[in-house]
Amino acid sequence: MRALWGLAGVAVAFVCSMVAATGLENGEKRSGFDFMTPETQALQTDDMSNPGMLWVLQGEQLWQQPEGRAEIACAGCHGDAGQTMGGVAARYPAFDEAIGRPIDLAGRINSCRAARQRAEPLAPESDELLALTTYVAHQSRGMPVAPATDARIAPFRDNGRRLFQSRIGQLDLSCASCHDANWGRRLGGSVIPQAHPNGYPLYRLEWQAVGSLQRRLRNCMIGVRAEPFAFGAPEFVDLELYLMERARGLPIETPGVRP
Amino acid sequence: MARALINVPKTARRGEIVEIRAMIAHPMETGYRMGTNGASIPRDIIRRFACGYDGEEVFSAELFPAMSANPFIAFTLVATASGAITFAWTDDAGETQTVSAEMAVS
Amino acid sequence: MGDPSRSHGLSLPVRRRQVLAAGLAGLVVVSLPRSALARPSLEEAIKTFTGGAEVLDGRVRLELPPLVENGNAVGVTIAAESPMTAADHVIRIGLFNEKNPEANVVIFHLGSRSGRAKVSTRIRLATSQVVVAVAEMSDGSFWSSRASAIVTLAACIEDLS
Repeated sequence: MRALWGLAGVAVAFVCSMVAATGLENGEKRSGFDFMTPETQALQTDDMSNPGMLWVLQGEQLWQQPEGRAEIACAGCHGDAGQTMGGVAARYPAFDEAIGRPIDLAGRINSCRAARQRAEPLAPESDELLALTTYVAHQSRGMPVAPATDARIAPFRDNGRRLFQSRIGQLDLSCASCHDANWGRRLGGSVIPQAHPNGYPLYRLEWQAVGSLQRRLRNCMIGVRAEPFAFGAPEFVDLELYLMERARGLPIETPGVRP
Repeated sequence: MARALINVPKTARRGEIVEIRAMIAHPMETGYRMGTNGASIPRDIIRRFACGYDGEEVFSAELFPAMSANPFIAFTLVATASGAITFAWTDDAGETQTVSAEMAVS
Repeated sequence: MGDPSRSHGLSLPVRRRQVLAAGLAGLVVVSLPRSALARPSLEEAIKTFTGGAEVLDGRVRLELPPLVENGNAVGVTIAAESPMTAADHVIRIGLFNEKNPEANVVIFHLGSRSGRAKVSTRIRLATSQVVVAVAEMSDGSFWSSRASAIVTLAACIEDLS
């Protein structure tokens, strides 16, 4: 089976070599939602069917729960997330003074835990971290992706673009080879989407759970037979910065559902 | 506490057929998968779901590993009296998680 | 990792090993019938559900998407024609599959207080196959409906590390 997909990858690489890699034109920007079957779309749009809402529910409970040696809850500082967190996921990653580089939403939650709650960081892809991230991002659902215009993050975003366009792995493919040059075509039974981050964290039927954008990016890297960056690697934040710029204007869908 | 989403109408007319939807966070691990080290992941599923209303069990289900993770079940009930509709999910270890919702019937 | 198609092939070696171990232990496992090593067939599973009663076509409608993007969550709706009165209603609805490692999917217990014999859920399909819904009526009769789905697999496989 793996050999088969390897062959499919080589076929795609061949197609890609013929099509010049170009960015997305404005009019053709489409969320991954548009490429799904009506059944999977219905799973996302109906909150009572969307399994991702289980993580939103958990996040809502964690938001209220005092944590760490400071025994303070997220709500202790930020109050009602419905009032204070709207639009945050639409503009993240943002520049973090303390570390001198951009930080993503999950990173911000963990740095808040360390600095304010004086609690241990939550593990990457743990239900708790995913739940809080999903809950916060959910407060921006329906808002257009609007990356921060902070000059300090520009070099990191540029690095993200470079990573997006760099060929990697044994299949020698870049993100752009598939998601810029061949979106809308098929790889095996699946449509190749444009790779927008506007639904994350999201519920993938393949995962049978909610997962982060970094988990998805690692899957892609493994798919092209490259060594994936570790969870929390700065390269992932840079990539996310570029992906958010590329997705500017698309609505936040968190929690999205994807096959 | 149970991580469950249930959808019950807040109000109904007596005799009205209402739709109920229930979903609980659970991996529904089949027992047929292998983990990263090649060892099989032990089975862990919700085995039974039951809904109680107005004095008795009105709906139940026996679940097998072919039920999706985070099992979702939608069914109907006849609104007979105001009160709690209770939901109970019992797993392989025999542990039961319960949630309830109120419905006012006029 | 989440690919249900992997599970099918994995179940057999484990059971063979168990049988082997049992044989070495000197237990009476000389000639287990072939069926003990495999799952019951779709028909056998339905027979267990009905107790061997005749199953008629009709009165049940099983809705299943013909093309499935991911077999981990396939939405199904089963509806039976029944007045759902105290005297005449659906007692049970069983759902069975052809090619998963186990034939049973779910068994719903309904009654006159259900109002309608209609249930929706999400199921796992390891591969393209036939699914059958069987309803047991309060008069003891069994009715069934079958549908099949083509399950496509994701092109990008999950991290196993």
